[in-house]
Amino acid sequence: MDFHALWQQISDNWLLIWMGTFFLAVIIWAFRPGSRAIDADIANIPFRHEDKPVSQDQPKEPKP
Amino acid sequence: MGNYLKLVALGAVALFAAIAASWGRDTAYIVHAIIILGVSGFMFIRVLRQMEEPAMPAPTGYMDDVVRAGVIATTFWGVVGFLVGVVIAFQLAFPQLNFDVLQPYGNFGRLRPLHTSAVIFAFGGNALIISSFYIVQRTCGARLWGGNLGWFVFWGYNLFIVLAATGYLLGSTQSKEYAEPEWYVDIWLTIVWVAFLAAFLGTLFKRQERHIYVANWFLLAFIVTVAMLHIVNNLSIPVSIWGSKSVQVFSGVQDAMVQWWYGHNAVGFFLTAGFLGMMYYFVPKQAGRPIFSYKLSIIHFWALIFLYIWAGPHHLHYTALPDWASTLGMVFSIILWMPSWGGMINGLMTLQGAWDKLRTDPIIRMMVISLAFYGMSTFEGPMMSIRAVNSLSHYTDWTIGHVHSGALGWNGMITFAALYFLTPKLWGRAQMYSMSAINWHFWLATIGIILYAASMWVTGIMEGLMWREVDANGFLVNSFADTVSAKFPMYVVRGLGGVLYLTGGIIMAWNIYMTIRGGVKVTAPVGVPAE
Repeated sequence: MDFHALWQQISDNWLLIWMGTFFLAVIIWAFRPGSRAIDADIANIPFRHEDKPVSQDQPKEPKP
Repeated sequence: MGNYLKLVALGAVALFAAIAASWGRDTAYIVHAIIILGVSGFMFIRVLRQMEEPAMPAPTGYMDDVVRAGVIATTFWGVVGFLVGVVIAFQLAFPQLNFDVLQPYGNFGRLRPLHTSAVIFAFGGNALIISSFYIVQRTCGARLWGGNLGWFVFWGYNLFIVLAATGYLLGSTQSKEYAEPEWYVDIWLTIVWVAFLAAFLGTLFKRQERHIYVANWFLLAFIVTVAMLHIVNNLSIPVSIWGSKSVQVFSGVQDAMVQWWYGHNAVGFFLTAGFLGMMYYFVPKQAGRPIFSYKLSIIHFWALIFLYIWAGPHHLHYTALPDWASTLGMVFSIILWMPSWGGMINGLMTLQGAWDKLRTDPIIRMMVISLAFYGMSTFEGPMMSIRAVNSLSHYTDWTIGHVHSGALGWNGMITFAALYFLTPKLWGRAQMYSMSAINWHFWLATIGIILYAASMWVTGIMEGLMWREVDANGFLVNSFADTVSAKFPMYVVRGLGGVLYLTGGIIMAWNIYMTIRGGVKVTAPVGVPAE
C-alpha cells in the first residue's frame, strides 16, 4: 500500500479516528493528576441529600 | 391561559378520537380510539374542574409521589408479565392450551409479544423511569424539574403500555421484535420520551452538586439512545390515518439491519445502561459505602456506550447481510465483554469490607446475584456472537435461555432489590414488612432462573445438533417436528422454572402491599453474622 492509498484509507475514516481519539483521551483524562480526591468526593454524592433537596437560601456545602 | 390551551388541545384530541372510533378500519384502531377518547375526555373534565382553583404554593422537597405510584405499577406489571410468560411457556409444552374459544386472542403468537413487552417495557420501563426520577433528585439535591411533568411521563408511559398490550391481543403489530406497536403508538411514546428527557435534563441543570454522579450518566445515555433507536427503527408510513397498518420505510436487509441495530441496543441501552444506572446508585446505598472505583465507572461508561452500538449485526450471521458487517458486529460483541465485566467487578467490589452483609441482608444478596447473572450473560453473549458458535445456537432455545439469564437474573433481580430498597423509604417504614419473605423470593427466583437457563441450554444445543445432523448420503436426519417432540421434557422444566419465578414475584407483591399498609412489622432473623 503506497502512501497515497494509506492516506485515502485514513481520510475515509475521520469519524472513526475522532471517536478512537476521544475514547483514549477520556481514559487518560480519568487518570489525570489530582483526580483521586475529586473522584472520592463524587462517589459520596449518593450519601448527601437523602431526605430533602439543598435549599436555595442556604449556602452550598463547601467543596473540597 | 395555560388551562384554556389544555382544554382546546384535549377537546381536539377527544373529537379526533371520536371520529376515529367511528371511521376506524380495524378493531385494534377502534379500541385504541375509544381508549384515547376516554382518557382525553377524563382529562378535559379534570382540567375544567380545576379552572378557577387558586394556585397552590409550589411544593418543595423531593417529588416522591410519582415514584410511589411507579413502585406499585412496576410490581403490578411484573406479576402480569411473569404470569403471561408462564402461560406461553406451557402453551409451547402443551399446544392444547391454545384454547379454541380464545382464538385468535389467546394464541401463542399474540401472547408472546404481550409477555416480552410486559416484562421489558412495562416492568423494566416503569422501574427505570421511577429510579431515574428517584436517583436524579437525590444525586442533584434538587426537586424534579417541570412541575407535573413527572406525572405526565408516568401516566403517558403507562398509557403507551396499555395501547401496546391491547394492540397485540387485537392483532395490531408491525412485526418488529421488541418494537411491535404501530405508528400512532410510536408517536405517542416519542412525545412521552421527550418529556422524560426534559424532566431528567431539567433536574440535572438545576443540580446543587458540581459534578454529575455516574448513575446519571448511564441513565441519560439510556434516555437519549432509546429515543434515537426508537425513532429510526419506527420510520414508517401509515396506510391510512384511520387504520393501524403502516409500511416500513426501509426494506429487505436494510430493514433487518436497522431492526437489529435497534434490537440489540434496546438490550444495550434499555436493559444494560439504564439498569447499570440503578446499580451505581442502589448498590452503594444498600451497602452503605461508595462505589469501589469511580475511575473504573468512568471507563466503564465510555467503553460501554462506544462499543455497544456496533454489536447489532451479530443477530444476522449467515443472512443477506454482508460478511464485513456481521464480522464487525461479532468483533465488537467480543470486545464488549471487557467493559461489561469491569462494571460487574465495580459493583461486586463495592462490597469489599462489607461481605458479611451478604449473610445478613437479603437485599444485598439479590444485588450480588444480579451482578453475577450480569457477568454470566455478558460472557455468554459475546461467545454466542462468534459466527461458529452462532451457527449452532441461532434459532434455537439457547438464545431464549441466554436472554432470560440476563433478563430474569440481571434486570429482574436488580429491580426487585431496588423495589425492596425504595418501598420502606418512600412510605416511611423502618424496613420491609417481612425480611424472610425477601429471602423466600430470593431462593424461588434463583432456582427458577437456574431451571430455566439449564433446560434451555440442553434443549437449545440438542436442537442445534439435531438440525445439522446429516447421514452418510448428506441427507438431513431429523425433521423439524422431531426436534419439537424431543424438546418436550425441557419445555416442562422451563415452565416450572417460570412458575417458581412468578411465585417469587407474587410474594414480593404481597410483601410490598403489607409494607405500604403498615401494621406490625415482623422481624425475622435472617442468618446471624459470624462472630
